This record gives sequence, structure tokens and C-alpha cells, in this order.
Amino acid sequence: MVGMATLGELERSIMELLWATDDNLSAYDLQEELADRKLASTTILTVLSRLENKGFVTRSRDARPHRYSAAATREEHMADLMHEVLGGASDRTAVLERFVGQVSPEEAATLRRLLGQ
Amino acid sequence: MIAPLALAALAVALAWPVPLLLARAGWPARSPAAALVLWQAIAIAGGLSMIGALLTFGLAPFGPDLLTATRNLVTGEVDRIESWNALALCGAALLTGHLVLNLVLTVVRSERQRRRHEQLVRLLSSPHESGARLIDSPAPVAYCLPGALSSITVVSAGLLDLLDEGELRAVVEHEKAHVTQRHDVVLVAFRAWYASLPWFPIAFRAQREVGMLVEMLADDTARRAVPDGVLARAIVLVGAGQDRPLAEPEAAEWGGEASVTELGARLARLGRAPLPRAVESLVVAAAVLLLAVPTVLLALPVARALL
Repeated sequence: MVGMATLGELERSIMELLWATDDNLSAYDLQEELADRKLASTTILTVLSRLENKGFVTRSRDARPHRYSAAATREEHMADLMHEVLGGASDRTAVLERFVGQVSPEEAATLRRLLGQ
Repeated sequence: MIAPLALAALAVALAWPVPLLLARAGWPARSPAAALVLWQAIAIAGGLSMIGALLTFGLAPFGPDLLTATRNLVTGEVDRIESWNALALCGAALLTGHLVLNLVLTVVRSERQRRRHEQLVRLLSSPHESGARLIDSPAPVAYCLPGALSSITVVSAGLLDLLDEGELRAVVEHEKAHVTQRHDVVLVAFRAWYASLPWFPIAFRAQREVGMLVEMLADDTARRAVPDGVLARAIVLVGAGQDRPLAEPEAAEWGGEASVTELGARLARLGRAPLPRAVESLVVAAAVLLLAVPTVLLALPVARALL
């Protein structure tokens, strides 16, 4: 039985493998890559279908077994994330509570001077 | 006819002059918790008196109080309704529906976005010793994703490079305060208020003020863990490290002067003493009074009729 926390870790490991390759991989390829974790292939298929539902993975049904690839690169996802965080999309940032707002370099210099840094 | 007039006067006062005065006042920075209570009272009492004024005016010809009038209207005791009263009743119904619908939409939308963002964060981050999740980005950012069941604090690699141990502690404590004090609930309510009444001169200002008060409250929690100077350095360092986002209409409204004013306000208040307890109590009492007035105006005739 795989718990929720490990399920999250597993999703991350599988995405890392898919991001690392240009090729698409089958569940068995992934099972082999993660051999040291001794995972059942059904577990891997479960995680893959979760990732597919979330839109992180695309499945090619042309051949059997089905082959999986990352829907976007790691860098693209990271850019999306930072776009939301830094306020490029103002409505979306509404869900976040950031430590501080944006300040221009000149304003920052003024503030630093005020603090005697 | 006294109740509809009094409620309308209160609605007008709470829609414009009162929040404007509060937004301009200097004391909220010294006592953000009390100011936040007052803002919420203004919003709730404002909505209540707006709807109440229309409702009492619309129902006035049918009975001395809301309950009797509604009963008479429904049971057909009255066969004829003046168009002004009908208009007011429609207005009350539309306004109520509009406010409720916007609140629900805003909550649903931000929950969907929060979940999507959380999925991305979980894939792109690893656990950090501070209890936060670490994302591998050079931009120095820290933020929290408050959730009903689980909340995440996120820090970036760029932030860890920039801050020393104490400053990082200040940032993490600040974010944790947002989560434990459920600031997201207050913020979503004010965002919904702004979304429902964007043409209201004060709605945007109110949302921004409330956002700032919430930051100050979180700062106050961080100040219990680190000296003020450390927090001040963290505020400036993180603020300075971020590049200004691309110019978008909304970003322009938030950026520029407003942002440096916000940072400045958060820094300046560190040197000021909080309001005396007695004054804070007065503010909270004013908030209670503000809520009591429309409630009494609406409920008292009903209570009198029932007794």
C-alpha cells in the first residue's frame, strides 16, 4: 500500500524521469528505472493516470503497452509557476500570499540606504 | 419611513466617506487587528444597510415591519403594488443575488487556482528543513498556499541564497502566520466585494488596505520570533530581489508607487508603538456598533410585532 505522502514523492520521481528524456516511456521502462523502490506496475500505472488527469503527462495509445511523455518541460512549468507568483497574472496571484510586493531596483536602493545597508 | 431612510443614509456613509477616511488614517498600521475588524464591520454593515434600505422601502406599504409586510404580500392581502416599491424589491433581490453569486464564484475560482498551483508546486519542489517546500528558482520568493485541509509554505533557492538564517526565519514565520490566522478567508471576502462592485470608488482601495493590514499582522507574528531589524532587512531584501513584472493593466494599478508605499509602511510601523489598549477597544466597540445599527433597524420592528 502506498500512502499519500509517498504517492506525491512518486509522482515527482516519475515526472523527473519523463522530464529527463526526449523519448516517451512505458510503465515498464519506469518500473525498471525505479527498480530500487520495488514498485508494482499497477502502482506506476495508477500514478501515471493521476498525472494524466492533472494534465502533466500525455499518453500515446498507438502501441501496447501505452507510452507516456511529459506534457510540458520542467522549465515551462517553472515559468508558469513563477509567472503566477510574481504577479504577471494578477487574478491568479490572488490565491497566493506573498511575502512582499514588487519594487523597482531604484526603489530598493532607496530602501536599503534608509536601513543603512 | 424612518427605517429605509436611516438605512439608506448608513449605506451611503459606508460606501464612501467612512472607508475613505479609514483608508487615509494613520492608526491602522499601529493596530492592524483592530483595523481589520473595523473593515469587516464596514463591509458587512454596508451590504446589510444597502439591501435593507431597498427591502424596507419596498415593503413599507404592506405592513409596519418586514415580517408582517412579507406575510401580507405573500398571502395577497394587498392587491396592488406601486411601481416604486416593486422596483425597490427587485433591486433588493438582484443585489442580494449578485453579492452571493460573486462570493461563491470568487471562492470557487480561487480554490480551483489554488489546487492547480499546489499540484505544480508539489511536482516542482522538494521538502526543506524549515518545514517549507523549496522550489529551484533564482527569483527570491516566499509565499504560502493556504488551504482548508493542508497549507504549504514555499521558498525559492534564490531566497535561501539571499537571506541569512534569521531573515529566513522571519519570512517563514510571516508566511505561517498567514496560514494559521486564516488571512485567506478575509482576503477572499474582500476580493469578492471588489468583484461584485468594481464601480464602487472604495472597493479597490478597501481590498488593498485589507491586504496590507494582513501583511502587517503577519509581520507582527514574525516579530515575536526575530528582532525588528532582522524582519526589516528581510522585507527590503526580498522586495528588492524581485524584478518588476511585465506591465499589465492590473499590474500597473498595483505596482509603482503603491508597492513602495506598502513596503515603506511596513518598515515605518516597526518603529512605532501600537495603539493603547483603550483606543483599540474603542475601535472594536465602533465596529460592533456599526453592525448593530442596521441589524436593529431591520429586526426591531419584527421583534416588536412578535412580542
